[in-house]
Amino acid sequence: MNPFSSGTRLRDMIRAIRACKTAAEERAVVRKECAAIRASINENDHDYRHRNIAKLMFIHMLGYPTHFGQMECLKLIASAEFPEKRIGYLGLMLLLDERQEVLMLVTNSLKQDLNHANQYIVGLALCALGNICSAEMARDLAPEVERLLQFRDPNTRKKAALCAIRIIKKVPDLAENFINPAAVLLKEKHHGVLITGVQLCTDLCKVSAEALEYCRKKCTEGLVRTLKDVANSPYTPEYDIAGITDPFLHIRLLRLLRVLGQGDADASDLMNDILAQVATKTETTKNAGNAILYECVETIMSIEDNGGLRVLAINILGRFLSNRDNNIRYVALNMLMKAITVDTQAVQRHRATILECVKDSDASIRKRALELVYLLINESNVKPLTKELIEYLERSDQEFKGDLTAKICSIIAKFSPEKIWYIDQMLKVLSEAGNFVKDEAWHALIVVISNASDLHGYTVRALYRAFQTSAEQQETLVRVAVWCMGEYGDLLVKNVGMLDIEDPITVTESDAVDVLEVAIKHHTSDLTTKAMSLIALLKLSSRFPSSSERIQDIITQNRGSLVLELQQRSIEFNSVIEKHQNIRSALVERMPVLDEATFIGRRAGSTPATVSTSNGASLNLPNGVTKPPAAPLVDLLDLSSDDAPAPSSSGADFLQDLLGVDLSAASKQPGISGTNQAPRTGTDVLLDLLSIETPPAQSSSSITDILSSSQVNKSPDASLEGLSSPSALSTQAATPAGAAPMMDLLDGFVPNSPIPEDNGPVYPSIVAFESSSLRIMFNFSKSRGNPQTTSIQATFTNLSLNVYTDFIFQAAVPKFLQLHLDPASSNTLPASGNGSITQNLRVTNSQHGKKSLVMRMRIAYKSNDEDILEEGQINNFPRGL
Amino acid sequence: MIHFVLLISRQGKVRLTKWYSPYSQKERTKVIRELSGVILTRGPKLCNFVEWKGYKVVYKRYASLYFCMCIDQEDNELEVLEIIHHYVEILDRYFGSVCELDLIFNFHKAYYILDELLIAGELQEPSKKTVARLISAQ
Repeated sequence: MNPFSSGTRLRDMIRAIRACKTAAEERAVVRKECAAIRASINENDHDYRHRNIAKLMFIHMLGYPTHFGQMECLKLIASAEFPEKRIGYLGLMLLLDERQEVLMLVTNSLKQDLNHANQYIVGLALCALGNICSAEMARDLAPEVERLLQFRDPNTRKKAALCAIRIIKKVPDLAENFINPAAVLLKEKHHGVLITGVQLCTDLCKVSAEALEYCRKKCTEGLVRTLKDVANSPYTPEYDIAGITDPFLHIRLLRLLRVLGQGDADASDLMNDILAQVATKTETTKNAGNAILYECVETIMSIEDNGGLRVLAINILGRFLSNRDNNIRYVALNMLMKAITVDTQAVQRHRATILECVKDSDASIRKRALELVYLLINESNVKPLTKELIEYLERSDQEFKGDLTAKICSIIAKFSPEKIWYIDQMLKVLSEAGNFVKDEAWHALIVVISNASDLHGYTVRALYRAFQTSAEQQETLVRVAVWCMGEYGDLLVKNVGMLDIEDPITVTESDAVDVLEVAIKHHTSDLTTKAMSLIALLKLSSRFPSSSERIQDIITQNRGSLVLELQQRSIEFNSVIEKHQNIRSALVERMPVLDEATFIGRRAGSTPATVSTSNGASLNLPNGVTKPPAAPLVDLLDLSSDDAPAPSSSGADFLQDLLGVDLSAASKQPGISGTNQAPRTGTDVLLDLLSIETPPAQSSSSITDILSSSQVNKSPDASLEGLSSPSALSTQAATPAGAAPMMDLLDGFVPNSPIPEDNGPVYPSIVAFESSSLRIMFNFSKSRGNPQTTSIQATFTNLSLNVYTDFIFQAAVPKFLQLHLDPASSNTLPASGNGSITQNLRVTNSQHGKKSLVMRMRIAYKSNDEDILEEGQINNFPRGL
Repeated sequence: MIHFVLLISRQGKVRLTKWYSPYSQKERTKVIRELSGVILTRGPKLCNFVEWKGYKVVYKRYASLYFCMCIDQEDNELEVLEIIHHYVEILDRYFGSVCELDLIFNFHKAYYILDELLIAGELQEPSKKTVARLISAQ
């Protein structure tokens, strides 16, 4: 006889499996058993069914597939014998989950069992229902469960209560049916039923506002009394845990009180006494007591303000924080994060302890503490806290470093009181953990550096020193250093702008060039760093004419580089050095100061308030040097690295970088003084360069098109006028010479067409409609990621002397557009422009880029008791929407 | 609510799993594998709570078994520790000085006891005596 037939007892099978020495052996045993079970199922064998299911469950726990046993579970459930039913339900709960269709077949059996005479069978059914029922089953069987909530046997009642919880979670509409029975359960004496009843009420109140109201009015007092009884009850061995009677009940009651008291002052009043009592009298030596206190503090923090209680709560948290038990400290940190919104001062008092927790050996505690510290930072404590955090950065381990660095950078960016502190701290962070610093952070640093003109010398010297010590591991530090050396190398060598706190340092030109040479040649330098170094070398060749030879040598070494970007740059720069000395100095003049406000504004994702112009002379090197291909946008980057590019590191941004570039900082342009060059978004800048209008945020392929089209030197005039050029732009006449976008370097720098500042989406407002009685202005904005959708804010102004009432605006758009109107701010428009109505619209243009927006509108209002209707068509939408 | 209960041995073998939220077969294996990795590598002195995928997992080690329960963010972790202890004490009372072997060979009984303790991820009965009585009656 096959030793592995279904005749094997469960115990033996388990023993056999445990005896296996290897995974392959185990798989063999399991396979044999499964085969036997399947055979037995096929023969419809009654006797061993429950043993088979038990075996299947064990096999399931080992991780093997067991779906063939699902129908067997159903057959077992349908059996009349209690043990078989039991194992059937157990198998059901383990082998199936609610998403399986097989589950529906059980509904009938469940219904029968719910009506069974044997209370244990009813219990089984309730348990199964409560654990895995689906929404349909819940709906079908809800009436049964409702009835069972009032069953004579308390054990059944408590199971029914928990089952009801699952039902209302799956089908919230049924919640109303359960409100009354649930409230009745709250008056129970049996702890099991009481606990489950309380839990049911809590979930009901979360799901249904009606239930919440009902419970608040009817049950709050009763609950308070119950809690009081439990808290004051004498020793009951049955429910006692660590000296406290039924801590679970305490906790559930507190939670329900929290839900009831939140947002309701009356209910909160009723609870004050008992909360105070629990908070002060609970034993804190054991976990049970602490669990109750924790819940109590949560409740106090959530309900309506009562000064005394809150102070009590924060004191408890303070005590928790200094507890040696890690669990308690973790829990305290959690609570303190919520407490911050309530009472920042109190939490500030614990700052030192929290800071200690950042250095704790436990990863969970460290994480929480770091978040808490971040929330606590304000202007007064930012310096010492940052100092501590940076010191800790050195000692922290790798997984934590990333988080920590990100937080430190954002703290520095948000709260820095002065620029020199900002630069110092960032340098420290870069030296320690440069590799974890995100692009935005070091880009921001460069913006700040370029703005702090008096600190240029200090910065470049500090970077030089840092480079000597920590360049090896910190790529980002090298990049920042390289950029600064390129820009301010002359300040370094001439020791310009020494501050009192600095030690004197002598750096010769060749030392400076050494730095760049190391940066290029080092094996860990990546493409961006090398590219940045090349451009920096070009700048230095102009600033240090004596080292020009050497620099040229270094540059030419890369002529044969296999990386296109480096090869291209080195050839181009070499060409500049050799043949175009006359323009070289102009080419690599100091970068104009990057507009910090704009940069930060853009970072915050909002459209910057100020817009600046800058001249873009296109980089059109003579003599047939190929135009930099758009595709490897990163390349074009060197330019970007100079121009602290804008926020967010998506691919599209490379464009910006690309753009920002203006090698020709162009001081030669008549009439154009070094205006701020704001980092611009995406394609727009490129367009600017080429003075071609672009729809915002285009993909890179379109850039290629633009570039190639620019070669042809055509820029549609029409597009330019359609271009929304916000104010500042206009110092130059729009489109000189019908936009000759390609500035030949050798021709000197002709003012370029105004570069429309476009951050993603800024279009000028238009007057959509104007009559003697009404004016409508449209303000546009686009969200960055979605170029097809434009948000329009329509402002209606009343130009007449009568007040307009019942003001309704309607609009219609052609088929390729989709329009969505939000409700207007009001229906009454005060007279003579004393107020206005605003209404938001959203238009999605499926032919974005090909057709621009057009809209017909109709306005209806009442003026002087007569109905007036005005209609019009709006054609003057800016292009590119 | 408690989303699932997991009992794993120190070698990573699963001794008991109970799921109160819908997880497909594949998801279950994945969850078990990940959580085992996280919990079994934690040192002894660290706190018993782990943040995992937006949930909290409370675990406690008893001899060679780790009892893990996954709860929502707003639940009371200390209470769940008590629930775990409650379960262990009931098992202890039932089996008489329970050990891992008892749970391996009598896993179905362990499940029955768990079903008397938790339904739908919530606590059912705070009294150990009552649970014991109910189990013996069935």
